[in-house]
Amino acid sequence: MVLQTIWFFLWGFLWAVFFMTDGFDFGVGTLYPFLGKSDQDKRIMINSLGPLWDGNEVWLITAGGVTFAAFPTLYAVMFSSLYSALMLILFALILRGVSFEFRGKVDDPRWRKIWDTCIFTGSFLPALLFGVAFANIFKGLPIDHNGIYHGTLFTLLNPYGLLGGVLFVMLFLVHGALWLAIKTEGDLHHRAASVANKLWPVLLGVVVIFLIASKFSTRLYDNYLAHPAFFIVILITVFALFGIKYFMVKETFFKAWFASALTIVGATFYGIIGLYPDMFPSTIDSQFSLTAHNASSSPLTLKIMLIVVIIFIPVVIGYQIWAYTLFKGKVTKEDLAYEEAY
Amino acid sequence: MDVVLLSRLQFAAATMFHFLFVPFTLGLSILVAYMETRYVKTGDETYLRMTKFWGKLFLINFSLGVVTGITLEFQFGTNWSRYSAYVGDIFGSLLAIEATVAFSLESILLGVWIFGWKKLSQKAHAAVMWLVAFGSTLSAVWILIANAWMQSPVGFTIRDGRAELVDFAAILFQKHAIFKFLHTVSAAYVLSAFFVMGVSAYHLLKKQNVDFFARSFKIALGFGTIFSFIVVITGDINGVIVAEKQPTKLAAMESLWDTTTRAPVYLFVLPDEDNEKNKIEIGALPGMLSFLVHHDINAEVRGLKEFPKDERPPVLITSFAFKGMVVLGFYFILATVLGWWKRKRLVDSSKYLKLMLLSIPLPYVACELGWIVSEVGRQPWIVYGLMKTSDAVSPIATSQVLTTLIAFIMVYGLLGVTGFYLIAKNAKKGPEPAVN
Repeated sequence: MVLQTIWFFLWGFLWAVFFMTDGFDFGVGTLYPFLGKSDQDKRIMINSLGPLWDGNEVWLITAGGVTFAAFPTLYAVMFSSLYSALMLILFALILRGVSFEFRGKVDDPRWRKIWDTCIFTGSFLPALLFGVAFANIFKGLPIDHNGIYHGTLFTLLNPYGLLGGVLFVMLFLVHGALWLAIKTEGDLHHRAASVANKLWPVLLGVVVIFLIASKFSTRLYDNYLAHPAFFIVILITVFALFGIKYFMVKETFFKAWFASALTIVGATFYGIIGLYPDMFPSTIDSQFSLTAHNASSSPLTLKIMLIVVIIFIPVVIGYQIWAYTLFKGKVTKEDLAYEEAY
Repeated sequence: MDVVLLSRLQFAAATMFHFLFVPFTLGLSILVAYMETRYVKTGDETYLRMTKFWGKLFLINFSLGVVTGITLEFQFGTNWSRYSAYVGDIFGSLLAIEATVAFSLESILLGVWIFGWKKLSQKAHAAVMWLVAFGSTLSAVWILIANAWMQSPVGFTIRDGRAELVDFAAILFQKHAIFKFLHTVSAAYVLSAFFVMGVSAYHLLKKQNVDFFARSFKIALGFGTIFSFIVVITGDINGVIVAEKQPTKLAAMESLWDTTTRAPVYLFVLPDEDNEKNKIEIGALPGMLSFLVHHDINAEVRGLKEFPKDERPPVLITSFAFKGMVVLGFYFILATVLGWWKRKRLVDSSKYLKLMLLSIPLPYVACELGWIVSEVGRQPWIVYGLMKTSDAVSPIATSQVLTTLIAFIMVYGLLGVTGFYLIAKNAKKGPEPAVN
């Protein structure tokens, strides 16, 4: 059914937007203890995300909500199967969120240290675990005919799953470093740019390994071989990946960040296209796999939800872009003097 | 302990903790938007200082509300997967609409508000806060429509072994949803008004920033009085709706065992669930319950014995929570009406100010009791009359849920302590001194 296919790709699109937006927050948070040498550096790093991170996290809620609405069976099986991993992500996100708000509220180095640790953990852990979770979805999980998961948290930590985790962490680190290069000046700017430059070849290496490993660990390429036109998505993604390097060398960091955003969206769609129509493949028997067709809502719900997202997703993107343009420009020492600054 | 009980405890802990912060957000966003609008219109710096002071408390609170809300959306999948699969066609879409239409608006624009003081014109900045308030309220609309559907499922049919949507409008516009929304949101406004009045009372007692806090108090008093009345009126209407749609909940609220005409309300009841009677009944108001729910003192009200034992909610918890909520509801009216009498000489009314300071926690208690009535009173059903809570739980290991339950209690406990410490610290500190 066409509606289910549309929803399948919308579902992928929303996750891609979440990774693209909150991805640089995760990156900045993971770089935080390494690049934030002084308290001032740290505050500039947090304030570079200040007005935007909460809006970015909204895409997680939207992606989660849409999973529930459009594919309730998938929502039920996926989130109960990935119980421990998802709970770890949620706790990490809780800590990250309150850390931004709490850190500057008490003037005591020990107090700040607690929240500094939470910012790092709360950014690194979701980046890693989202990667692990999605790689395992690409690969398939031991799900029986009742949608019951026969595994544990450690089942997810197989080599391919971990490789997915590393891939996400690298993507977000580069994304975050580029964001900092755009948003900061002076020494911090140079350090961020240099980190992005150093991490890029590592990212390239991980991407190549992941593309090869996917051949052996997943069935993603079946769709590409059946419809070779889809290889264009991989080409665009790799092209965007090299675009990052190209613009970094020219020191046009906004363009480099944009290329990085495109790389993340491309990487998500690389998996989504390969997965179709599966959404949660079973490694026990492919008959037990959840697909866009057997896990979806009724046609009426899909139609109503389609109208809602066609109207409101562009509106949300519209005012989010407005927020981004409102806060363009570098975060400086002077900005930290405002009482509303984190 | 089994997965059902652990999952229930976890969901209760998570929602009740979340709801320590949500009502304040709902009410304060409006009060702060109002204060900022007054500043834009009059140019009076005091209103600006009020906006910043109450705004800061609002923000600490908001961040806790947001982060604890995220786990809730995912817990339906993690812990209640059979429920999610069975009713996701309806319930999931309501949550998804909330995220897309409302939550994004409040979250994205709140960032703009916090950091946008120098980037936007005064008018635009105030307008952004109104949009945040609008987004928060809209969020409540969708969440409460979803909850109302669990209380009184409508607009669906059972097809392919699950509940599927047939009439969306019936779900959106059912009485249960409308009055649940009005009642909950009014309660939230009462809570935030009592918070502002209580903190203002603290400073007025110390005679510091008297003009600032007397004006804050009066703004909150007006707001709080209106909604103290509305919360009781809508509560009464909700009682009628519950009597019609959820007779077991109503009987449990009043601890009524036998079906009776001229059903009384007792001022105090101690139910004895094992023997299907009340151990203690004090202060009967004959016909009162019949009158409240059917507007006729001789009308018949169905008692708990009319329903199978395994379809009755826990009577003791439901009835105590209900009585407590009602008593507090009337107290809020009294306290605010008293405030009108005292409002011209607030600074000298130290007893009243002390009372209002001590009253800060009471609306919090009332809100939580309200949810206990609503959710415990719905048991054993997760969707009233359609699906039992025990059939709704995920097929997961007890140890997993036990681990996360402990983690929830620890993390939320620490967050709660830290959050309220910061709120109290900033509330006590008072506003920044006037520039001139």
